[in-house]
Amino acid sequence: MELQAVLMAAGGGSRMMDLTYNTPKPMLPVGNKPLMWYPLNLLERVGFEEVIVITTKEVQKMMSTDPKMKLEVKMKLDVVCIPEDTDMGTADALRHIQQKIKTDILVMSCDLITDAALHEVVDLFRAHNATLAMMMSKAHEFTETVPGQKGKKKTAEQRDFVGVDESGKRLLFMANEADLEEGLSIRKSIMRKHPRMHIKTGLVDAHLYCLKKSVVDFLAENKSISSIRGELVPYLVRKQFSKAANSQTTKDEADEQSQKQKDGNVNLDLHILSRDEPLLQLAQDYSCWNDHRGDMSDAYHGGTLRCYVHIMEQGLCYRVNTLAAYIEANRLAPKLFEEPAVHPSAVVSERCLIGSDSIIGAGGQIAEKTSIKRSTIGNSVTVKEKVKVTNSIVMHGVTIEEGCNIQGSVICSNAVIGHGADLKYCLVGNGQRIEPEAERTNEVIVGSDQLMEI
Amino acid sequence: MADSGVTDGAEKKEDITRVKNEGKELSKEEKQRLRKEKKSQKKNKEKKDEQDALASEREKNCAPSTLSQPAAHKETAASPPVQAAVSEPPAPAAAAPPADKPAKSKAELKAERRARQEAERASKPGKKGDPGPQSTAGKPKAPPSELQPVVKRLPEHVQVDNPEVLKKLAKKLERQQTPGRGAALKIPLRSDYGYKVSLFSHLHQYSRKAPLTQQLSIPSTVIHPVIVRLGLQYSQGIVAGSNARSVALLHAFKQVIRDYVTPPNEELSRDMVNKLKPYISFLNQCRPLSASMGNAIKYIKKEISNIPSQCKEEEAKTKLQDCIDRYIREKIVLAARAISKYAIEKISDGDVILVYGCSSLVNHILCEASEKRRKFRVIVVDSRPRLEGREALRRLVKHGISCTYVLISALSYVLPEVSKVFLGAHALLANGYVMSRVGTSQIALVAKAFNVPVLVCCETYKFCERVQTDSFVSNELDDPDDLMVTRKGKTQLEGWQQVSQLGLLNLVYDVTPPDFVDLVITDLGMIPCTSVPVVLRVKNVDQ
Repeated sequence: MELQAVLMAAGGGSRMMDLTYNTPKPMLPVGNKPLMWYPLNLLERVGFEEVIVITTKEVQKMMSTDPKMKLEVKMKLDVVCIPEDTDMGTADALRHIQQKIKTDILVMSCDLITDAALHEVVDLFRAHNATLAMMMSKAHEFTETVPGQKGKKKTAEQRDFVGVDESGKRLLFMANEADLEEGLSIRKSIMRKHPRMHIKTGLVDAHLYCLKKSVVDFLAENKSISSIRGELVPYLVRKQFSKAANSQTTKDEADEQSQKQKDGNVNLDLHILSRDEPLLQLAQDYSCWNDHRGDMSDAYHGGTLRCYVHIMEQGLCYRVNTLAAYIEANRLAPKLFEEPAVHPSAVVSERCLIGSDSIIGAGGQIAEKTSIKRSTIGNSVTVKEKVKVTNSIVMHGVTIEEGCNIQGSVICSNAVIGHGADLKYCLVGNGQRIEPEAERTNEVIVGSDQLMEI
Repeated sequence: MADSGVTDGAEKKEDITRVKNEGKELSKEEKQRLRKEKKSQKKNKEKKDEQDALASEREKNCAPSTLSQPAAHKETAASPPVQAAVSEPPAPAAAAPPADKPAKSKAELKAERRARQEAERASKPGKKGDPGPQSTAGKPKAPPSELQPVVKRLPEHVQVDNPEVLKKLAKKLERQQTPGRGAALKIPLRSDYGYKVSLFSHLHQYSRKAPLTQQLSIPSTVIHPVIVRLGLQYSQGIVAGSNARSVALLHAFKQVIRDYVTPPNEELSRDMVNKLKPYISFLNQCRPLSASMGNAIKYIKKEISNIPSQCKEEEAKTKLQDCIDRYIREKIVLAARAISKYAIEKISDGDVILVYGCSSLVNHILCEASEKRRKFRVIVVDSRPRLEGREALRRLVKHGISCTYVLISALSYVLPEVSKVFLGAHALLANGYVMSRVGTSQIALVAKAFNVPVLVCCETYKFCERVQTDSFVSNELDDPDDLMVTRKGKTQLEGWQQVSQLGLLNLVYDVTPPDFVDLVITDLGMIPCTSVPVVLRVKNVDQ
């Protein structure tokens, strides 16, 4: 087998607590489908038959009851539960399932919605015999107003600095702004090998990684690394150019060096830097190909550890980990699939205006004289007469009484909006009741128990 | 199709019962003929209609002709099946002959039957000759069925402009499904890209940006992942050069053999060859196979089929892997050493040697010569779009050889100072022609004009039984977008697809006639170019 898929669905959604305090992030509805359905669908379309899903017990329970997951996901899902209270990072989770991993892996995060061609990333991984291949995309500005945001938008989150070589494929440098306190410094050895480097900042990491099996084995022994994105990837990128990587040392020399270096590096040397098979080396020697030109070194500068990145120029790629991203994703995700806007089981009366951008979920009941524009209505939602819903997201099981006017808001599941209420840019939490004739603008209305959790 | 088969069968049964009623038996030959005709019916229905028309014409033309008596019985009995075979869907036609039977005399009937049989026999080689003359003519006219009945079939890879052949290729790839679990996937057909120059429209032209992996599932279960990786490396040019490709191919086959498990009720010697066939088709789609790869594959297939059936699986696998190792060692590594030994005799101090492109063998020879302390300098000639000479330059300079680098347009300016030309070869053809990177024949020609000796270095495993006298018939077309160059941010040829009169041609190989080559240095010694068929004959006798 070539690749095993691993889906990380245990994340808490720490940047959108208002939405996730009751529903775990992987099961948040986006376009009336649970969030984790999107990466699973991508894997299924590409041809995977089995996926290892790392998640919590709560999510596993919800998965087994959700109709979409049961019917439409045809792959075999091997669900591995991790205890909820421990703070496990993604790399810790990989260490947890090390026994199940027999070949190279493709790690995805449950919050990725994309229509990218996965074969581009995997081809880089295969053709260059890379240790790491990842995908990034140009970041989009979110244009929708986010409910509950007071004042101007917060300053941009900590940027990522990504350095790629001339061809735009080889990953030379990766650091987060938070780690670069004194400024961005690049080692001379890198500049000597790759004199032209493009440094990009406006990129979104899709959190899609192809990793060699030796990296997983390395993680198993190196317990200090806990996050793939935060620690493992920068480590591998740096290790491409370390001195040990470049001298094609025999095993004896590696042992000597290991005594001088810290313990953590030993295992990586022995695992990853072992020589390529002699026949492959012979083929490479005979081949008249070189990945760079201008200096006197062999292909790949003789290095055996290589990291590649595929940067998507066009197409959708969203990481749904903030409220703004969630709203944007709801707007655009339905366009990925050809599904009828109004679910056949929804009861929609005749005199309502449903815009072409809206989708109505199963079992919804839309009464007369309502107008629904650019909105997502979930399953089993009751909308009474004379309601105007614009630019909003209404999750499952919500009841909206007559005469309400909801604009630019997010209504979480099982909420009840009393009649005549006027909500603009609000976020109504799970199971909340909005009293009739209420007028709220730009507020986050959640239960008191949630407020205490912080 | 199935329906017509049934109706044909029904017609035949009627005829047979009629024959039986008339008191004649169906002999073995007639039954065989029946079976044959059923088969040929199922193949080409439409062509049968044509034959119908032709046959009926001939019937009318050659009416009475003397026939030999002994053949009478056979033919009269065979006539109903022949008649039934010839008279298919046109039901009235089927009704007509039986009705005509009592009317015509015996001799006339015999003449008819004979004529029809001859027409059928003539139509069969005529069908074979159809694809041949069609493509060589280049225009889809109605093929004259009287054409050479002994026309050899053209290989499929030079009939890309014939839609029938493409359909056949697609079907063949479909049939080569590897039985995976669940639905068996077929090897995808790579589609051609861009406008092809008309002289080369019979060849495939693929784009590097549309890899074959787009159409495969990502954890490739159908094709072994090592083969997918190899195909990608071929199509992206990461593994390029005849020796490199062969070594990488054999390495991949070693892995495949290692991971192979004999299915129950199958024999390793037969099943493994069937397993390898779709992999070879896949690699062929990624990049057309080279002559050296073809010979290596033939060798492996022979070794696999020679495995005795009582051999245990593990033993057989290690034996095959050892065979592969031995092949690489003997035919490539040791051959290179032998060739460099002969070649170094030809290099004297003070020589100025001209090389073209990046040939692994020539580089090896020159590096060994410099280690043996010969004093010479090298002129590396390079050409666009591949610019492989840069890599050769790097390797030679790294070894401390002093080099000059020119493009092929400067060839006639540097030749006066050159004392020898060393060329590598992709394959040596049976008529003595050398197939090598495009530009080689030009170098050989100009060197001949300057009276500079041209030496070609080639291992014997690259000797090929093909015969070619020009570079048009069989060649490889690389991605035409490689010809585009971006200078100062501008790409002049960017919109070449929109200009209807413009075609970009990126040839890979060309053939050099033996008159321009003075010596071929092989691991068997230094031979003239025309001795290649002798070597091939000796090789075949050995095997």
